[in-house]
Amino acid sequence: MSCCAAGTESAAELEALKSEAPSAEEMWLSSRPLSDGMRQVDLIVPGVHCGACIALLERELPKTAGVDHARVNLSTRRVSVVFGDTSSTKTAGDHAEAVLTALGEKLKALGYPAHLPGGGEEGVDPAFRELLKALAVAGFASMNVMLLSVSVWSGADDATRDLFHWISALIAAPALAYSGRIFFRSAWDALSHGHANMDVPISLGVILAYAMSLYETITHGEHAYFDASVTLLFFLLAGRTLDHMMREKARSAVRNLVRLSPRGAMVIRDDGSREYLALDEIEPGMRLAIAPGDRIPVDGRVVSGRSDMDFAVVNGESAPLLVEAGSLTPAGTLNLTGSLVLEATKSARNSFLAEMVSMMEAAESGRAGYRRIADRASSIYAPAVHLLALGTFIGWMLVSGDWRMAMMTAVAVLIITCPCALGLAVPVVQVVAAGRLFENGIMVKDGSAMERLAQTDHVVFDKTGTLTRGRPQLINSASVSPDHLAMAARIARASRHPLSQALAVHDLAGDAVPDFDITETPGDGVEAISPEGDVYRLGRAVFALDGHDQGIDGAADGSQVVLSKNGVFMDVFLFSDQLRRGAVQAVARLSALGIDAEILSGDREAPVKALASELGMKNYVAGVRPRGKVDRVKALAAAGGKPLMVGDGLNDAPALSAAHVSMAPASAADVGRMAADFVFLHDSLEAVPLAISVSRKAGSLIRQNFALAVLYNCVAVPVAVMGYATPLIAALAMSSSSVIVVLNSLRLRRKTAVENFARSASDQRAPVGVSDAGLGASA
Amino acid sequence: MSNLIFLIPIALFLGALGLAAFLWTMKSGQYDDLEGAAWRILDEGDDKPKPD
Repeated sequence: MSCCAAGTESAAELEALKSEAPSAEEMWLSSRPLSDGMRQVDLIVPGVHCGACIALLERELPKTAGVDHARVNLSTRRVSVVFGDTSSTKTAGDHAEAVLTALGEKLKALGYPAHLPGGGEEGVDPAFRELLKALAVAGFASMNVMLLSVSVWSGADDATRDLFHWISALIAAPALAYSGRIFFRSAWDALSHGHANMDVPISLGVILAYAMSLYETITHGEHAYFDASVTLLFFLLAGRTLDHMMREKARSAVRNLVRLSPRGAMVIRDDGSREYLALDEIEPGMRLAIAPGDRIPVDGRVVSGRSDMDFAVVNGESAPLLVEAGSLTPAGTLNLTGSLVLEATKSARNSFLAEMVSMMEAAESGRAGYRRIADRASSIYAPAVHLLALGTFIGWMLVSGDWRMAMMTAVAVLIITCPCALGLAVPVVQVVAAGRLFENGIMVKDGSAMERLAQTDHVVFDKTGTLTRGRPQLINSASVSPDHLAMAARIARASRHPLSQALAVHDLAGDAVPDFDITETPGDGVEAISPEGDVYRLGRAVFALDGHDQGIDGAADGSQVVLSKNGVFMDVFLFSDQLRRGAVQAVARLSALGIDAEILSGDREAPVKALASELGMKNYVAGVRPRGKVDRVKALAAAGGKPLMVGDGLNDAPALSAAHVSMAPASAADVGRMAADFVFLHDSLEAVPLAISVSRKAGSLIRQNFALAVLYNCVAVPVAVMGYATPLIAALAMSSSSVIVVLNSLRLRRKTAVENFARSASDQRAPVGVSDAGLGASA
Repeated sequence: MSNLIFLIPIALFLGALGLAAFLWTMKSGQYDDLEGAAWRILDEGDDKPKPD
C-alpha cells in the first residue's frame, strides 16, 4: 500500500520527526473512564488514508500490552483506543502510564504520528442527528401521503376520497409537528425579534395548507394540500441537511488537523519534585522543565539552560534563535535543541497565544457583517411571497366574495411559490463544490467562505511557509563530497535543529545507529567523538573550526553548516528555503484570472525582494509585524478591495481573520488553520487558483439556480393566482423546480473524473487545464 | 374498496418499519464513519494473521 507508506518522502520524514506522539501524561489527561476499569483515549491520526491503514492499526495496536481494542474512524481520522487492565488495580495509574507510553511508541513505530483532539468538541453533532431524523420522518410521511394523493388524482371520489384525505391528514399531522419543528422554531425566533426570515413563509405556508386541507376534508371538499405541505417540508429539510453536512464535515476535518499546544507541562516544585500539571493549573511564578522538542505552554522567562528556539509562530521566520537565561519565551514557540527551565510569567489565559486569539476575534467580528447570498435573496423573496398571497386573497374576496375559495387560492400561491427550489439552490451547489475541492485536497469551512472567495480580487501571500516551504534544504549537495555529506548527515540525526534535520535526510545508511559520542551545544552545533577518538564538529564555522571562522560565517546569513574533523575544515553545506511546489504556476494563473498578488512578509527586505522577482510579482512589503499585516489587509478592504489572505503561522492568524477570505496550508500553525476559511492539504500552491475558480463557478451556478427559480415562479405564480392550481399541479410544479435546480447544480461535478485522472497521472499536481475548462463552461 | 382496508395499513406498516430501521441504524452509529465502512467491506475480516 504505497499510499500508507509514511516515511517514503523526505517531507513526511521531517514531519514525523517534528510531531512525536503525545506524551503518556497528556493522553492520560484526555482519556475518559469507561465501565469496569477500562479507559478510552481518542487520538487524531492524520496519516490514515485507506482500508490498509484501518486494518493495520486495528490489528497492531491491540498487540500493545494492556490495550484492549482500537477502532479507527476514517471519516474523522480518529482512533479510539480502549485500554486498561482489571488485574492490576493497585497501581492503575502507573500501569496506564506504561500502556500509554507503549501505545505512543507503537504509533510512532508504525509511522502514524498521532496527536490529541482539541478540547471542547466531542462526539456526534446533535443538530445533524435532529435534522436527519426530521428528514426521515418527513420522507416517510411524504411518500405515503403522495401515494394516497395519486389515487385521489386518478379519480377516487366521494367516500374513498374522504377516507384517503383523512388518512393523509392523520399521517401528515405528526410529521408536520415533528419535522416542522426546525422551521417553526427558527421562524418564531425571527418573528419574536421583529424581523422575518425564509422560515416564516415556509412555516406559514405549511401550517395554512394543513389547516385549509383539514377544513376541506371535514367539509368533503375536493382539494387537499396535505401532500404539498409534507413534500415541501421534505425538500427543504433535504437542503438544510446538505448545508449542515457540508459545514460540519469541513469543520471537523479542519479541527482534526489542529496540532495542539501542549495540554500541560512538567512543573518543578520548590522541593525539587516534578509534577505534570494541566495547562489551566499553571500559575505565574511556577518553574517549568521544557525538554527539547516541546512547545512552550505559557509565556515564560528562561531561568537556566541554553537552546535554539523556533520563533516562527511569532515572526514567521524559520531560522531558529538562541535563548539563554533571561530570554523571554512566548507561549507556542518550539524548543529545539537544549533543555530549559522556565519561570512562567503569565497564566495560560493571558499568554501570547491567548492574546493572538482575542486579536483574531476582534477581526472576525468585522467579517460577520457579510451577508450570504441566500439571506439576501430571502430578504427580498419572503415579503414578496407574503404580499402576493395576501393580494391574491384580497383580490378573490373582492371578485367572488367566497372566503373559502379565496383562502384556498392564497394557500396555493404560498405553496407553489414555495422556496424549496431556493432552499436547495445554495446548499446543493456548495456541497458539490466543497466535494470537488475536497477531492483536490482543499477543505472549506462554510458556504459563505466560498461565496466570499468568488468575489476576491486581490491576493496577499505570506512568504515563509506559504510561498516557500519554510524548511531549509541543502542546495550544494552536488558539489560537496559524498563521504562528507554522509558523515554530516549521520551526525545531524542527533539534533533537532532545522538545518540538522535538512542534512539528516541525506543519511542514506538509514538505520545504522552512529556509535559516536554526541553532544549538542545549543546555538553552536553538534560535536561527535568517533570510536577512534576523532572529534567531528558540525555547526557554525567558529564552533567547528575552534574559533577561526576563516571568513565563512560572514559569507551567508546563518543558512550554512561547517563540518570539521579535529578542528580541520572538511566541508561547508549551504541551505536555502525552497519555493513551495506550484508557486510559480499559481501566481501566473492568478494573474490570468485577473487577480493582483502581493507578498507581505515579516522577513527582511532582501530575501523578499528576491522571491518577488523570482515569482514575477511587482508588489511586496517586507519586515511587517502581525499588526502591520492586519493593517495592510484592512487598508486593501477600505480601498474597496476584497483581499484573500494566504498565510500560515500564528503571526498571520489575525490577518487571516481580518481579510475578506483566507486560506492556509495544512502545515500552518494551529491558530492559522483555525483562522483560515480554506485549508489546503496538498503541498502545491496551485490549490489557491483552483479554489478561486471552483468558487466562481459555484457562484455562477447559484445565480443560475436563482434565475431558474425566478423563471419557474413567473410561470407558476400566474397559474396559482388565477386559481387553476389543483394540488396535482402544485405538487408537480414544486417537485420539478427542485429537481431542475439539483440537476443544474450537479453540472459542477462533471469535471471531477478528469480531475482525478490528471492528479493521479501527474502525482498530485493540481490539474491545470481542468478548472480553466470549468471557467470556460461558466462563461 | 374492501382491499384497501388491508392494503393501506400494510403499506403504512411497512413504511413505518423502514423508518424505524433507519432511526435505529442512525442511533447505533452506523453513519458515523461512512468512508471507513466503504473500505472495511474489502477487508477479509477474520482478524487473524495470515498463516504464511
